[in-house]
Amino acid sequence: MRIRLLSAVALSCLALSACGSTATPPATAAATGSVATGSITVFAASSLKEAFTTIGTAFEVAHPGTKVTFNFGPSSGLATQIMQKAPADVFASASTTTMDTVTAAGAASAPTTFAVNTLEIATPATPTTPVTSLADLAKPGVKVAVCQQDVPCGAAALKLFTQNNLTVTPVSQEIDVKSVLSKVVLGEVDAGVVYVTDVKAATDKVVGVPIAAGQNVTTTYPIAAITGSSNSATAQAFLDYVLSAAGQQVLTDAGFTSP
Amino acid sequence: MSRRDRPVTAPPWPVAIPAVLALAFLGLPLVGLLVRAPWSRMWDVLTSTTSLQALRLSLVTSTSATLVAFVLGVPLAWLLARAEFPGRRFARALVTVPLVLPPVVGGIALLLAFGRRGIAGQYLDSCCGITLPFTTPGVVVAEAFVAMPFLVITVEGALRGLDGSFEDAAATLGASRLTIFRRVTLPLILPSLAAGGVLTFARALGEFGATITFAGNLPGVTQTLPLAAYTGLEGDPSDAVALSLVLLAVSVGVLVALRDTWLRTGAAS
Repeated sequence: MRIRLLSAVALSCLALSACGSTATPPATAAATGSVATGSITVFAASSLKEAFTTIGTAFEVAHPGTKVTFNFGPSSGLATQIMQKAPADVFASASTTTMDTVTAAGAASAPTTFAVNTLEIATPATPTTPVTSLADLAKPGVKVAVCQQDVPCGAAALKLFTQNNLTVTPVSQEIDVKSVLSKVVLGEVDAGVVYVTDVKAATDKVVGVPIAAGQNVTTTYPIAAITGSSNSATAQAFLDYVLSAAGQQVLTDAGFTSP
Repeated sequence: MSRRDRPVTAPPWPVAIPAVLALAFLGLPLVGLLVRAPWSRMWDVLTSTTSLQALRLSLVTSTSATLVAFVLGVPLAWLLARAEFPGRRFARALVTVPLVLPPVVGGIALLLAFGRRGIAGQYLDSCCGITLPFTTPGVVVAEAFVAMPFLVITVEGALRGLDGSFEDAAATLGASRLTIFRRVTLPLILPSLAAGGVLTFARALGEFGATITFAGNLPGVTQTLPLAAYTGLEGDPSDAVALSLVLLAVSVGVLVALRDTWLRTGAAS
């Protein structure tokens, strides 16, 4: 009973402070132009896992009283969940195509591009069959894992093979980029087509084989607040933070390039 | 007799509220599948290359996994039920582990055991050039790992509950132990073998976590129906619904098959 009373008081305090601070925004919120408080859920592409986890922590420090929960997964799968009214406040996708399906369904509007990524080949630290170039992926006996085609990293891998006239027969089309990476880390495949940022994030477990810029495929990452979010102020503040100098620095450190 | 069958006291009426909620909770998702199914496109979805490949692969691998379970699992059940050996309790516990283990954990464990770098897999690879991950036999391994315990537990239970006098009679008439098993024991536990087999097949058919973790996801090679349904969710969700309906139909079929088996068991005893 006492606990319930206390939490009721705490809740009304939260509500009051939210109302109060609209009139006089605190210093931290002034930078973003909106009031950030309470919790939000961010649906983000698997490849953003490391960078966004860092950004989430920094955001919570910059906006005391906020809590950011992430749902990382394949962009296309997340898009499906959002269109089925999953409780998301922000969506960060690994491709514009996937974001387009969400905006077309009216679940989000006006996405902003916040990062660019390129592909890289990840190979096991102790290789079974060495892979040293893009062309090696087409060799018989080389086991290659890619993302499945509906996922942005899979679409990008397919484009990579097509534009370089390579016939690659993958042994598996994994559900997201981190699944590809884990098959490489375990040494079950000789190579996995992942993002530059994934190789960087697993630098002690995999060896990257860079793809020449002229041959490579880039993908752009759009971010948008979800229409009808129950905490749109904080969602917008998170968006602003990702696009801010601090957020962009985290992304650059992770290996993304600025749009 | 009929008096004893009746419950001692009828449950108080407020119990009906959570009970109905529970029924709705279990039933509504299935209604959702039926309502949202792309009925007009059903035939096209189900006869697409991806669906047909997945359907065929699922049938082949589930049947193989069930056969593997029979070949290895029935002797194990026999041993567990009838033989005295040290560590029998441990062995029985080991059989039940895959029943309670999250299938993804099973898949990771299978990779660490039978993967190319696995503790057993590396020797399979170096001696015989056999690698299981990303192959159809790998799918069978994953499914058998998860599904075989259903057969072992069912058959072991049947063997334990068996009236030993028939076997004793056969023995006094000079039948060898193998003959007794073949001619007396096996026919007696046939209903349980069938029930266990159906359960094993159903579990193998529905296997997802261990399969995608251990065998990967490649159409025609390792992408079974559940994997195709999940992958479909990332592309066209209505395809996923159509494939889910196929799996639902099979599950209902299993229930019907099992009901018949149980009825026959009831009549026999």
